[in-house]
Amino acid sequence: MKSAVIVFPGSNRDRDMFHALELITGHRPQHVWHTESTLPDVDLVIVPGGFSYGDYLRSGAIAARSPILKDLVAKADSGVSVLGVCNGFQILTEAGLLPGALMRNAGLTFVCREVMMETVNTATKFSSRFEKGQVWRCPVAHHDGNYFADADTLKRIEDNGQVVFRYADGTNPNGSINDIAGIMNEKGNVLGMMPHPENLVEPLHGGLDGRLLFESLVSDLQAA
Amino acid sequence: MIPNDITITPDLIASHGLKPDEYERILELIGREPTFTELGIFSAMWNEHCSYKSSKKWLKTLPTKGPRVIQGPGENAGVVDIGDGQTVVFKMESHNHPSYIEPYQGAATGVGGILRDVFTMGARPVAAMNALRFGAPEHPRTKHLVSGVVSGVGGYGNSFGVPTVGGEVEFHARYNGNCLVNAFAAGLANADAIFLSEAKGVGLPVVYLGAKTGRDGVGGATMASAEFDDTIEEKRPTVQVGDPFTEKCLLEACLELMETGAVIAIQDMGAAGLTCSAVEMGAKGDLGIELDLDKVPVREERMSAYEMMLSESQERMLMVLRPEKEHEAQAIFKKWGLDFAIVGITTDTLRFVVKHQGTIVANLPIKELGDEAPEYDRPWIEPEKRETLTASQIEEPADYSEALLKLIGGANGSSRRWVYEQYDTLIQGNTAASPGGDAGVIRVDGTRKGLAFTVDVNPRYCEADPYEGGKQAVAEVWRNLTAVGSEPLAATDNLNFGNPEKPEIMGQFVFCIKGIGEACKELEFPIVSGNVSLYNETHGEGILPTPAIGGVGLLPDVTVRAGAAFAGEGEAILLIGGHGTHLGASQYLADVLNREEGAPPPVDLGAEKRRGTIVRQLIGSARVTAVHDISSGGLGVALAEMAMASSIGASVKITGPAHAALFGEDQGRYVITVAEDKLEAVLEDILDAGVDVQQIGTTGGTDLTVEDVLTISVANMRKAHESWFPDYMANA
Repeated sequence: MKSAVIVFPGSNRDRDMFHALELITGHRPQHVWHTESTLPDVDLVIVPGGFSYGDYLRSGAIAARSPILKDLVAKADSGVSVLGVCNGFQILTEAGLLPGALMRNAGLTFVCREVMMETVNTATKFSSRFEKGQVWRCPVAHHDGNYFADADTLKRIEDNGQVVFRYADGTNPNGSINDIAGIMNEKGNVLGMMPHPENLVEPLHGGLDGRLLFESLVSDLQAA
Repeated sequence: MIPNDITITPDLIASHGLKPDEYERILELIGREPTFTELGIFSAMWNEHCSYKSSKKWLKTLPTKGPRVIQGPGENAGVVDIGDGQTVVFKMESHNHPSYIEPYQGAATGVGGILRDVFTMGARPVAAMNALRFGAPEHPRTKHLVSGVVSGVGGYGNSFGVPTVGGEVEFHARYNGNCLVNAFAAGLANADAIFLSEAKGVGLPVVYLGAKTGRDGVGGATMASAEFDDTIEEKRPTVQVGDPFTEKCLLEACLELMETGAVIAIQDMGAAGLTCSAVEMGAKGDLGIELDLDKVPVREERMSAYEMMLSESQERMLMVLRPEKEHEAQAIFKKWGLDFAIVGITTDTLRFVVKHQGTIVANLPIKELGDEAPEYDRPWIEPEKRETLTASQIEEPADYSEALLKLIGGANGSSRRWVYEQYDTLIQGNTAASPGGDAGVIRVDGTRKGLAFTVDVNPRYCEADPYEGGKQAVAEVWRNLTAVGSEPLAATDNLNFGNPEKPEIMGQFVFCIKGIGEACKELEFPIVSGNVSLYNETHGEGILPTPAIGGVGLLPDVTVRAGAAFAGEGEAILLIGGHGTHLGASQYLADVLNREEGAPPPVDLGAEKRRGTIVRQLIGSARVTAVHDISSGGLGVALAEMAMASSIGASVKITGPAHAALFGEDQGRYVITVAEDKLEAVLEDILDAGVDVQQIGTTGGTDLTVEDVLTISVANMRKAHESWFPDYMANA
């Protein structure tokens, strides 16, 4: 599976993602600087975590206007898989690739801890290796992860099965509506999530739960 | 704009923190009255914060060399060999005064400053820690400071992208008027790619890198060298404003630039910004520096030379560049959206010359400004020794369970989760042990090696006996590094004290240094970098003497290490170093009996080393399942922490007076657990090493039971331990 990681000024979990992808897929992803105009021909594009442009203005707002975004939108429209994690999720919502918005955490502080996730939709290329309803561990580290969408949008994404991951067991760390931790677009090829599966993929991390997401992508994209 | 030719009056001299005899020395050195800009430059270079004029004499006595030390004190950070051509680069630095005035920005820029010190050396930061001390919880300013400082530390470090792996947070009324914010950072660099600040070569371009210069922080270093009084609110404009986004870009740009071979010398602009960095580079290299301020990128109009020279705007660097690499270097900074400007040149005149709008606004001898700044041998008196209290002089608690819950659930003994969950502890994907244990551990990226980090000091001990307190701080750091299985490599010190012009404060400083030096020598644990923060006084009352020590240890294999959590049921609990006897200056005395008296526990460095060595060997051969050092709160607190970390209980039996055995803080002790089948061999090895060991009980169940003394459920302990901090911060 070939992948690319977009790097913006202020991205800081690009290396974590790079390592996780290399570890699990066996292939080195390509780094793509935000001023490039075209993405390489890959199966998966990742928008990593961090503080692109310092989170100034609004988290993800400035990065969503970077030159590379034009091609990212085009690639997403043509069906290439896109995964946005943390700041990447914020950028994807700001870019209009995903519905809703990420607001300041309900507790108003940055929060870094492990939470429990429930995979509620396994019929996606991002979650096919999970059992439906499977509850798994995943770390979060963010200040603006409080997912919100207006009532109509919320009903639509819930009805469409676009909610892929929810915070489970009362561990919602940020006040997200309906405990939403990760959603996809209608077409099912763009996923955004606040937690960091890339930080729970080897024994050193104290668990391997995050691997299932990447393994889902590998099996799905390689079969395709 | 402030003119350069205003009259120098005694008031103006005093407001620059210069003493009359120091001003006389300036007149002697330059043979004329200084210009206003020159006065500012002298004040910036000769203040306590930059010149170490009161402390230098004593700092020189510390052991700073060792087989692994590549760079000791005097550079931006210390450098220590970790094998395979790799090094760890680290330092700790205070940002106390600014954090008290403006907690968020004060703490944020403290983190920014220490990260910059590390990457200026060519190292990518991989771990951060911080030691925070606040006034009494009930003091009206405390909560505001805790909230601001913690979010400032997190706000900067999280955005920059470095994991915070450890630290300390303590409360004591003696910090009511002066909180302490000590920030530590460590980075990795290859041994053949370390960058230093010493300028080399005449006629080479001096380049300004990073963010633009504004008026923020003008006079900050001078402010940090004075006591506080009621006018501190007026000092808010002297606090700098941090921009972690620019710092992250500066990191990436600098590391890219260093790879091109363009950098001859580099120095970050910290305290006293452009002045300090230029003078240090020139003075170290025995070169003059000529600066043209019209070339300095500024973000405000009509800035005077004085303001530009004293601005402490953040995220800036100064560098001596290989001229043929100019275009390549400029392209890198353009890519990262940062300023790059040639602002000066190196000369062979040994003069520091500053030009602004066509005139020379300063022309000063660079060596005298820099490494020949005044040095004082301040008078000091030996601190009075306190009486050693015996256990029988200290009353037992009415209820042992309540006493233990008070210790683990009080302001100083409770869980710091509320704090460290605001820090990104996992970023970079190499964190093996996050905050909450004896030491934070990270993997050295791309290897099997690990690095352990801890920061410790017990200011109550230092107040009671500065010499023993200084020794103990080093010993505890060494012990915490040992408890995770690492080989202690070297340390950094952050010495926070009151007004050194008072002989009793200077005495605390001198004896703490002596104790630190003694312990570092005996434990072969050199000090490779550090920082001194004096004048931590408000209305004439000093803080507790607080020499915070940060230490780094090396694990040959990051997977072979120990944690404090009980690992299984039915394992033997061994006590290394004997039962506690010493309650003087203890946490039990302070928290349960509200008394702070008596001598602190002495540290036997020989025993410390013997015990630590065998503990490390046992961890290295994977024969122990959990290890925890015994520190504040004694054996009782250590056992409670091991149980809470795992949800496994324990049953133990103690001997001697119960309060001393459970809460005594005798030094050099550990609790370890061993599986039943390895017990006999482990006991034999420990005894063969000449170390005292006894089995005190067994793990298992859901309660901590001390026979005939107390039984508490692990769940109740956890409730007490976890609730203090969030409850305190919630009750606004």
